[in-house]
Parts: sequence; C-alpha cells; structure tokens
Amino acid sequence: MAEDREWESTETAVAELHKKIKEAFEVFDHESNNTVDVREIGTIIRSLGCCPSEGELHDLIAEVEEEEPTGYIRLEKFLPVMTEVLLERRYRPIPEDVLLRAFEVLDPTKRGFLTKEELIKYMTEEGEPFSQEEMEEMLSAAIDSESNSIHYKDYITMMVVDDN
Amino acid sequence: MGCSDSSFIKDKKSPKVIKAATIIQNWYRGYSARLKARQRHALTVFQSIEYADEQSQMQLSNFFSFMLENYTDEREEDPELIARLFGCNLPDTREDYVKMIDVPDSYDGPRLQFPLTFTDIESLIEGFKQQKILHPHYVLAVLFEAKKVLMQMPNISHISTLLSKEITVCGDLHGKLDDLFLIFYKNGVPSNENPYVFNGDFVDRGKNSIEVLMILLASLLVYPNDLHLNRGNHEDFLMNLRYGFTKEIMQKYRVYGNEILKILEDVYTWLPIATIVDNDILIIHGGLSESTDLNLLHRIERNKMKSVLMPPIPSDGDSAIDLKITKVGSEKIKTSVSLSDQLLQHEWEQVITIFSASNYYEDGSNRGAYLRLSFNTLPKIFQYQVTKATHIRPLYQRVNTVEGSAIRMLKERIIARKTDLVHAFELYDRNKSGKLSLSQWAFSMESVLELNLPWRSLSTRLVLTDRDGNVDYMSSFQNIRIQKPVKEVHSTLIETLYRYRSDLHIIFNIIDTDHSGMISMEEFRTMWKLFKMHYGVPVDDSEVDELANKMDLNKDGSIDFNEFLKAFHVVHRFDPSRKSNKPVVQE
Repeated sequence: MAEDREWESTETAVAELHKKIKEAFEVFDHESNNTVDVREIGTIIRSLGCCPSEGELHDLIAEVEEEEPTGYIRLEKFLPVMTEVLLERRYRPIPEDVLLRAFEVLDPTKRGFLTKEELIKYMTEEGEPFSQEEMEEMLSAAIDSESNSIHYKDYITMMVVDDN
Repeated sequence: MGCSDSSFIKDKKSPKVIKAATIIQNWYRGYSARLKARQRHALTVFQSIEYADEQSQMQLSNFFSFMLENYTDEREEDPELIARLFGCNLPDTREDYVKMIDVPDSYDGPRLQFPLTFTDIESLIEGFKQQKILHPHYVLAVLFEAKKVLMQMPNISHISTLLSKEITVCGDLHGKLDDLFLIFYKNGVPSNENPYVFNGDFVDRGKNSIEVLMILLASLLVYPNDLHLNRGNHEDFLMNLRYGFTKEIMQKYRVYGNEILKILEDVYTWLPIATIVDNDILIIHGGLSESTDLNLLHRIERNKMKSVLMPPIPSDGDSAIDLKITKVGSEKIKTSVSLSDQLLQHEWEQVITIFSASNYYEDGSNRGAYLRLSFNTLPKIFQYQVTKATHIRPLYQRVNTVEGSAIRMLKERIIARKTDLVHAFELYDRNKSGKLSLSQWAFSMESVLELNLPWRSLSTRLVLTDRDGNVDYMSSFQNIRIQKPVKEVHSTLIETLYRYRSDLHIIFNIIDTDHSGMISMEEFRTMWKLFKMHYGVPVDDSEVDELANKMDLNKDGSIDFNEFLKAFHVVHRFDPSRKSNKPVVQE
C-alpha cells in the first residue's frame, strides 16, 4: 500500500541518515571507542551541512552531553539528537544572497568592500564575537593585502564555490 | 578617502548590524568547520592507506616464509639461492677499501676527521643546509665506525635523568631533514648536556634520509653515551626498497651506492632495540603487546634480525627462537608503576606516541613533536611544523593541498581495483542504469578496497552524483587510468601488476644480488609462479611471459625488471569537475 511504501522509504531515509552521521562522527573518534571530544562536536555538526549559531550549538551540546560532563560525547547520545536535527532540517545554511545583504548592511555607503579594521571591529565586537584565532583565520583568506580590505562580493563567490 | 569615522555606522548597537554580524559569523564558522572536516577526511585517507600498506607488508613477509618452505626442496639444486635470498652472510666489504676511496680536492662538501668531534657535526649540518652531498668515503667511514660502537651496546640501554640531565625524545623522522634542523634549532644540538633518544624510523619516505642518518650516526660517534638510537621498522633493507631510501642512495651515490647499502644492512642489525629511562620509562619503536617479554628482548641476538619482513634464519648452533617483533609504525613510551630492575611484569600506566616528522603525508598534514624528560616531573611536549612559506597560507589553500594529495592517492587505489569494483557495482545495478544509491556505492567501495573511510563524505570528490543523490558509478574511474605498456593486454593483468608492483619490486631486488637490475628469465618465471600461488592472483603464467616479451625487455635470457615494473603506472588527468577556479597550490 502507498502508506507502507512511504513508511518504508522513511525507514530507509533514517537508516541513511544514521550511516551519514556515524561516518562523520567516526572521523573524529580518535580512540575508536565511539566517543569524540566535545570540542569537535561543532565541527562534526557543521560538516553535516548544518549552521547552528554558537548559542544553538551550546544547547545541542547540552542535549548530548553526559549527566556529569566528561568532556566526551558518546555516539549513542549524539545519533538520535542529530538524526532529529537533520530530519527537521534545522539550522539550514545561510543562502548566498542573505550573506551578501549582511555585508551590505555593514557597508551602507556601498563601497563594495570593508576595510580590515572594520571587519575586525564587527567580527570581534558584535553578534557572537570571533576569537582571535577565528579572526586571523578569516583575515588570511579574505583580505586583499594590497588594499588591506575585503571585497566581499568576490570573497563570497569564491568561498561558496569551494564549499560546494 | 575621507574621514574614517564616516565609514563606521553611527549606532553600532543597532539590531540590523548585530544581525548582519551574526549572519556572517555563523556562515564563516560553518565554512571553516567544513574545511577542517575535509582536512580530517584527508588525514583519514592517508592513515587508512598506510595501515592497508602495513597489512600488505605482512602478506609479503608471509610470502618469504612461504618461499623459504617451498624452496627447501630445491635446496640441493640451488643451495646458493637460499643463502643469497636470506643473506646469511654478507660478503665482507673491508674497511681498508673505504680508505682507498679518494676524496678529490674539488669536493666541496663536509670533510670529516676521525675520531669525530662536535665540529664535524656542525660541519655536516652546515653542509647539508647548503644541500651538499656527503662524499661516499665519509659515508662509509661513518657507517663502519658506527657499527663498531653499536656492537658494544646492549639490546636495551639504560639511561638516567639524574644529575639534572633533561633527555629529549624524538620519534619518526623519515628523512625529513628540515624537521631535524627545526628540532635542533628549538632544542639545541646533541651534546653531553643535551642528550637525545631517537626512536627509530630515521629513514624512508623523506628525501634526505641519508643526511638525517649521517647526522644521527655522527652524533652517536661523538657522544656515544648521550645519543641513543633505537631501531625502527624502517631501519630495514627491505622496507628501504619499498619506501624510498634505497632509491635515494642509488641516486645520490651512483658509484658506491651498493657498497653503502651493504654496510647499512649490517649497521641496522646492530641498532639497539629499546631505551629505558630512570628504570621507569620504556622507549621502543612500535610499542609492546601483552605477550612481549622484555627479558627475552634483553637476551636475543639482535644482529640476527635482518628484516622485520623476514623470518630469522637460525644457522646451525642457534637456539630455535622464533622471533617476530612486529613493528607497526609509531612508537610508544610507557611509564611503569613498579620500579623493578628486571622489568618482568608491568602495569604500564601510560602510553605516549611521539611522531617527529611534520607534514608527513603532505605539506600541511600534521605537526611534529618531541618530548623532554626530567627527573620526577611530567614529560613536556613540544610541537612544531616545518613550512617553506614565509607566511601561513590561508586555511582553504592548505586544505586543498592536503585533500588533493589524499584524493590522488585514493584514486590510484581505486583504479587498481577497477575490475573488481565494476563487478561489485553491477551486482547492485540490476537494470543496468549505470547508477547506484550513495549507500550502495559506499558499501561496494568499502568491501572491495577494504579501506575503512568516510565514503559518503568523500563521494563529492570521487564521483558524480545526480539531483536525486544517485551515483554514476563509472565516474569513479574518471580522470585516471593505468598506462598500458602494450596495446593488446588484459586489463586484469595490468591492474594486478600495478597493484603488486612494490612487492614484486622487493622480491626481484632480493634475487638480483649483484644489483645489476637484471634477473634471469628463469628466475623471473619461478618467482612469478610462487608469487601467483601465494597471492592467489588470477593471471596466467604465459600472459606475464608474453607481456615481458612484447615489452622487449627479454634481453638474452635476462629481464630488466626495473623497466618492467616502471611500465605500470597511472596517469592522472586534470579534474574538470572541480569547478573551483582557485589555483590548487602544490609544491
């Protein structure tokens, strides 16, 4: 019956998600004992295509952590939570045009770029501020050394392509 | 361009601004995380392949045992062969021979004066920094002298951090001279006040194995009580054949390469097995298993172990100790709870693995580290990474380099199993659509290649997928092929020879004792037969013969096996499916 087929395909879809999540998890399971360091959970979740904010990430971690946090997250706890996240299509990635508009908000005079100082100021003082490491990392790829600025439209195009 | 104030938005706390910043940060964190995940995937690929290679070494090792058994019958006919194959006795290259090798006035590399002093070490370091090649006269002299010193040493050395000596422990260097220089720069050169333990795998893979070895051995000669070398699984003439050291020597020393290799073989067997610090910390390459008996390790005649791949051939009069100390690449340091002199039974408290070759797989793949031990304190770990760039490259470039390298390597594995893979794919693809689900593709890849990898995550770099997420499985073989040395030859044969080329290379090299690059067709055929039997390859003997003939490598009953094996290589095509228009930086 049609309902059965639908149920079946959901089952398969879930099974597929499980495999996908397990795969992403195992890459960071350095001791091969179905645990990962909690500090890598963000990377794992994002590598599965989700874009939670830092706040949302903290909530997720709280969900998958042990009662008494050990610094490690077990696959058993991670799998069901992550499956829900993917099934519900939570934390969808930012579309390119939204990203572009965000840059444009920070560049109201529409110069087409932000200076290095401006970028640093916004990224480290507003929103969910970058750590120094994150800031340096972004600068190394984004800043055109000659003009000491970021031409955000080109930057976005380049990054989006590389990100597939 | 005007007052900078005007370019800042007046009210920085406006919700629009906060939202915009958050969006950018959110996006960037996602992007950066995905880059890091790709980097991790690449590393996983390298490690998986390396692990699989180690497994195939076991297979090669079993083959030698198998060969030995099957040849025992023919012993009467060819007693020479066994002796040659397993080299019970090396033909003596005498020391005075070395002295007869002239060092011409025109030679501008490091000149050593025996007995060596610290100036000679500095001379070597300077010379190697200027990319000089050490004259074979000195290479051989150092090897001879080193052997004499090593012969005096026990299997396991005991050293102490009392008298406020801090000991530095380094792991695998694998011919990475730059890493050694970096360690010396950060940590000081070896001396009486600055003792070092180098825990094996000084050579192979990197392109300066001989230079690394010369510096280490010279340091040993100058400071025999403060420079400790443990044998690693790459201090092994068979491993060197496979992993590049032999090639490096033959390229740098065209005339005396063979001599050097011979002495080297011997020197390896005299390297100590382990070092114990303060009766508390064991330093050994490859670690231990529960069944390792340290007392046995103390007692064995270590110089009888020619290679980790070969069963030791006890000569008449030896006790029948069947020793197979398998070393699997990385070293471990273990601290024990009890302070027993005999080290009989231990509850090892902690294992640390130290690896000192940064960028081991590829530029940017990993950092290296060393350890400093001092009395009654926790070990201190220092990390570093060699880079040729004057500034750190952006993350995406580094990831592209590492990933590109890993994918290339993986594709070479894939093409080598094309026949089996296609067979597996077609089993799933009943209606011959050319497509499989991602799951089916991943499963097939894993089972045929026997590589435990995140196939789903890697799929975007390996195959074409359609909108529904289905895989065009034949695209697994795009942009790469194995060169066919002659037109009319079966793909299966080509694939098989390509896959086993390094094993075959080792085997042929062993038979070719005069290092002429040629073995007799008879020997070639016999080896091939045995190889086929043991490895179970589905290739007809006549096919291989025919191929050698067609390649015109059969010269008067001898075959140039280097030419034969060189003919089996892959050709990569630039991958147009990578739509990125950023240059992929590869040194």
